[in-house]
Amino acid sequence: MKVSVVKNILEANDRIAQENRAIFDEKDLLVFNLMSSPGAGKTSLLEKTIDALKEDLKIGVIEGDIQSSQDAERIAEKGIPVVQINTGGACHLDGNMIRDTFKEFDFDALDLLVVENVGNLVCPAEFKVGEDFKAMILSVTEGEDKPAKYPLMFHESKVLLINKIDLLPYVDCSVEKIKEETLKINPGMTIFEISCKTGEGLDAWYNWVREEVKTRRSARKQ
Amino acid sequence: MHEMSIVQSLLDIIQEEMRKHNAKLLRSVRLDIGQLSAIVPESLSFCFEVMTSGTELEGAELIMEIIPLRGACRDCGREFEIKEYAFECPHCSSPHIDTIAGQELSIVEMEVD
Repeated sequence: MKVSVVKNILEANDRIAQENRAIFDEKDLLVFNLMSSPGAGKTSLLEKTIDALKEDLKIGVIEGDIQSSQDAERIAEKGIPVVQINTGGACHLDGNMIRDTFKEFDFDALDLLVVENVGNLVCPAEFKVGEDFKAMILSVTEGEDKPAKYPLMFHESKVLLINKIDLLPYVDCSVEKIKEETLKINPGMTIFEISCKTGEGLDAWYNWVREEVKTRRSARKQ
Repeated sequence: MHEMSIVQSLLDIIQEEMRKHNAKLLRSVRLDIGQLSAIVPESLSFCFEVMTSGTELEGAELIMEIIPLRGACRDCGREFEIKEYAFECPHCSSPHIDTIAGQELSIVEMEVD
């Protein structure tokens, strides 16, 4: 007997992500899902961003790693609420893992929640967690061929931060090429060139985040 | 390697559908996998085999169809295949493209007894 089904295989996750999203909306919280390969600078970017914005915005962080709480400890030093998820092997965060952290947060006291995903350019792009948008980092040491090799993440993200531009003199990588390839896959992508080491380019990113929080808030009030 | 969690979700759906149809044996299951989805069909097959072995679903055939990326242009309205992940209309060069196929990750049909 043939049975026609037609169901999205990830519908269970999508449903939980939608429920998460409804809670974030109710609490007037901007949430972004930060993705990159391991070592591209996700935690460094967060440290810098928290330092720059914590006077204006109340920020919370969910840290996703396969093992260890080193990242959460780095973020906790900034004096903001942070919860570490250890996936115990899984290469991505999913809606359910995010939901399990809710009891640890007071969302009424937050403006911005950042989900730092497991370092991986493939899998996290496939699993929604309830975010407003996905943000990704590509460091220049990884090479200009990454958009072409990992198109899904570049296609799904709203903003790309090209990090470690202070190392450009030492690596064979063209920022122009990264931008060109990225815009081919995702013509609407907002792109920042930054160095978390020297601070170059970060002010534009901070302003962009401020604007996103503001825009989200006024959109919800209407 | 997120194929494990995808197969787990797939098995949940299969088992639910089999209960609904009072089916005892799964012969095959057919999936649509979009070209843009980050799925490796070989890994999916491998995980499916491992996770069904020793269960009532053991031996079922997993059939996967890869769905090419297709877009529709919001400006000129034409539909086309998106080649080499270039999200630009080949007719009018507009960057305003809606993806209409190629992002699937769906179960479409099962054969059961």
